[in-house]
Amino acid sequence: MSYLIKAATLSDGAVVDILIADGKIARVAPDIQESNSQIIEASGLRALSGLVDLHTHLREPGREDSETIASGSLAAVRGGYTALSAMANTSPVADTAGVVEQVFRLGQAAGLCDVFPIGAVTQGLLGEQLAEIGAMATSSAKVRIFSDDGKCVSNALVMRRALEYVKSFNGIIAQHAQEPTLTVDAQMNEGEISSQLGLKGWPAIAEEAIIARDILLAEHVGSRLHICHLTTAGGVELVRWAKSRGINVTAEVTPHHLLLTDESVLGYDAVFKVNPPLRTEADVHALRAGLADGTIDIVATDHAPHPSEDKDCEWQAAAFGMLGLETALSVLVSTMVETQMLDWAHLERVMSHNPARIAGYESHGHPISEGKTANLILVDPSAKRVIDRNKMASKSRNTPYDGLTLPAVVTHTFFNGALVHEVDRGAAK
Amino acid sequence: MSRILDSGDIDRALKRIAHEIIERNQGISDLLLLGIPTRGAILSERLARVISSIEGGIPSGTLDVTLHRDDLRLRPPRPLSPTSIPSIGIEGKIVVLVDDVLYSGRTIRAALDALGEIGRPKSVQLAVLVDRGHRELPIRADFVGKNIPTSASEKVSVLLQEIDGQDGVDIEAAK
Amino acid sequence: MNHLLSVNDLSKEAAISLLTTARELGVVSEGGHKKLPTLRGRSVVNLFFEDSTRTRISFESAAKRLSADVINFSAKGSSVSKGESLKDTAQTLQAMGADAVVIRHGASGAAQRLADSGWISASVINAGDGTHEHPTQALLDAFTIAEKLEISNFEFTGLRVGIVGDILHSRVARSNVLLLQKLGAQVTLIAPPTLIPVGVHSWGVDVNFDFDSAVGNLDVVMMLRIQSERMNELFFPSAREYSRSYGLDKLRLDRMTARSIVMHPGPMNRGLEISADSADSQKSVVLSQVKNGVLVRMAVLYQLLSGASSL
Repeated sequence: MSYLIKAATLSDGAVVDILIADGKIARVAPDIQESNSQIIEASGLRALSGLVDLHTHLREPGREDSETIASGSLAAVRGGYTALSAMANTSPVADTAGVVEQVFRLGQAAGLCDVFPIGAVTQGLLGEQLAEIGAMATSSAKVRIFSDDGKCVSNALVMRRALEYVKSFNGIIAQHAQEPTLTVDAQMNEGEISSQLGLKGWPAIAEEAIIARDILLAEHVGSRLHICHLTTAGGVELVRWAKSRGINVTAEVTPHHLLLTDESVLGYDAVFKVNPPLRTEADVHALRAGLADGTIDIVATDHAPHPSEDKDCEWQAAAFGMLGLETALSVLVSTMVETQMLDWAHLERVMSHNPARIAGYESHGHPISEGKTANLILVDPSAKRVIDRNKMASKSRNTPYDGLTLPAVVTHTFFNGALVHEVDRGAAK
Repeated sequence: MSRILDSGDIDRALKRIAHEIIERNQGISDLLLLGIPTRGAILSERLARVISSIEGGIPSGTLDVTLHRDDLRLRPPRPLSPTSIPSIGIEGKIVVLVDDVLYSGRTIRAALDALGEIGRPKSVQLAVLVDRGHRELPIRADFVGKNIPTSASEKVSVLLQEIDGQDGVDIEAAK
Repeated sequence: MNHLLSVNDLSKEAAISLLTTARELGVVSEGGHKKLPTLRGRSVVNLFFEDSTRTRISFESAAKRLSADVINFSAKGSSVSKGESLKDTAQTLQAMGADAVVIRHGASGAAQRLADSGWISASVINAGDGTHEHPTQALLDAFTIAEKLEISNFEFTGLRVGIVGDILHSRVARSNVLLLQKLGAQVTLIAPPTLIPVGVHSWGVDVNFDFDSAVGNLDVVMMLRIQSERMNELFFPSAREYSRSYGLDKLRLDRMTARSIVMHPGPMNRGLEISADSADSQKSVVLSQVKNGVLVRMAVLYQLLSGASSL
């Protein structure tokens, strides 16, 4: 099956036709004439490289009641993602070649997008013994990113060894920066709101102390460090400083930390309970500025599905995490594009090109051009939609945006040249 | 809306009631007045002054019946008014309850319940400024300022200087 | 008002109205009305996920004196300890037709969750949620202050109140700060810096780390209980050092002004945050707090349950 996309607008503003055939982008040119292809009228639509997420919790194996690799893949393509990175905190933990190969195979079987497993840094995410990082790297899943996400690799020696060990195959450690001794039973950002609500505070310093330490470790051992979900103004400063020194560090921010603040917690609705926590408005502005000036390299969803019983309860008893795949692009358009902090080309870089480059996902994250694998999406930037938690492709409903009107709808997603997601544009408006 | 009693009418009605109370009870020994807030309490004070000017001092107090009402679920919650029982107590006394308007009789039933919690008077009598009919309980007033036949949809308002800045009784037709 | 979850649910006028109602209920009670028919046929559930015999008995007594039916539901230690169970419990109570639920829970926000969730239509009264709030305690404290310092209109302008101790973990402190400020009082928090919340600058109170410098300038000294589990969490080096710096002992008691009073929400740790001398002194109004607790809770139940529609 071949597709001819007519009059799409590329991220640089050029209006072109795009011919997709045999899984590749066959031609990109103004006014292509080709009679054997399905025509997709894309006037007014943006064509972007398929989005790449480096931080996804798919819950399979172990918690298939909240998400499976198949349901997560469907959520992904609806949100414009053609590649996911499945975090290791499954049950069993993805700390062996066997588990990462299983995840990889399930992703292939679902067939909607690529699902690249992330391996655990330490056995059982316990932070003590290194997991079999080499075996995972050489497995059929070819793991390159290792993370204990959900938990911090808090022991400095373990972190140092992990950073050193992955150098042999150009791997990268993605750190969940959270000093555990400063965050025992912590529930939300420590500040004015936590003092009023009587919820145990989660200080910004608990994140920044680990970022600072790991930047220095990465410099010392000459390895690659990736900071997961940056949330604080201080953290942005630290990464900016590290980059100015030429340290090999990259950083991500989540859509929710670009939009929401700890004031969302005021009603104790646990849908806003997330790790790391929602911070202050000043932090949100610092994160947006950091993303705009290149200090923060990528946007990652930290898509974290939870069944309703883990959210429909008192705050303290609720699980951390929120959905992200189906709303990420819309939140970015709302917070960064409509505010003119990012143009479409920059948006495409932080949501597709940069994450693919960091992870080494070779068939993803290329500018739309002839000969590349046809992983691309069409977006209607003028469409609006009301987010409805009951209409999510995810098996869970814990989106913090329920009832909110957000801009931009992903109308088409192509994965390896196949049309894996399409919405009726009339219905989308 | 029309005014059915003016300030002079109210004064005259209270004077007549005062005399009737004294006459019925052959003086004021063992007698005390309890006004039902809000306006009944004010009428009770006025009545006590009138009786005092004729026969000498009479104990008077207030009895809030809100907590004994049976229609609390039918109305928004109302703030409580003070209850103050004269120091001689009500045990063995003749208690004259004073209220502004007698209508369904439910307020008076609540007042009788409230009194029962406090003690056992020798007898209880009832004085009201206006009796507008439509009783829902077997209750009648001993002393009435004016009987005003009304329809249930009409509204009777008693205005008193101490609260409303003027004296008068108005009746308003159904809206 | 459908619920009482936080002192923030009350305007100044509503708070004063509740306190005035409590005072009238006190007069009626002393007049011999041990039991009023006001809430006959209404059912009040005491839903206690944490042990607190005092608070439960106070609410139970208040409800019974208004002739409400009382059901005690102690959830501590049973299978209903957290999570989904709050929802299940709420739905059970809803099916039983509870008119009001008095909830005590270890998690901050549990009362609000119960009220907002749609699981239940009953009025919810927060009887202490985690380290968040305990609004009826603040009301009974304000009532007691007004009674002892003879402030009949509940206007506390110019009144100086010191709250001493574990502010960080105290729901009593949070509710009292909100209510006392609403009524016009000037509040000073007195504690070691470890027990003052980050973010306290947004509370509009004074903070003083030195009890000795503050004690002579207060009309009310409100002592908070130090929970034994704080001992091992590095908030202060030892119980003895805490007691020396922040306990209300005889020396500090003697430096208080003539008309000032000492309060404590109970139960007291004698010899830790308060010495026996101070606890038993003429200035101590602890027993009045207990008595007034019943009146204030009667007023709250009356306000929430007597009307057909909310104000």
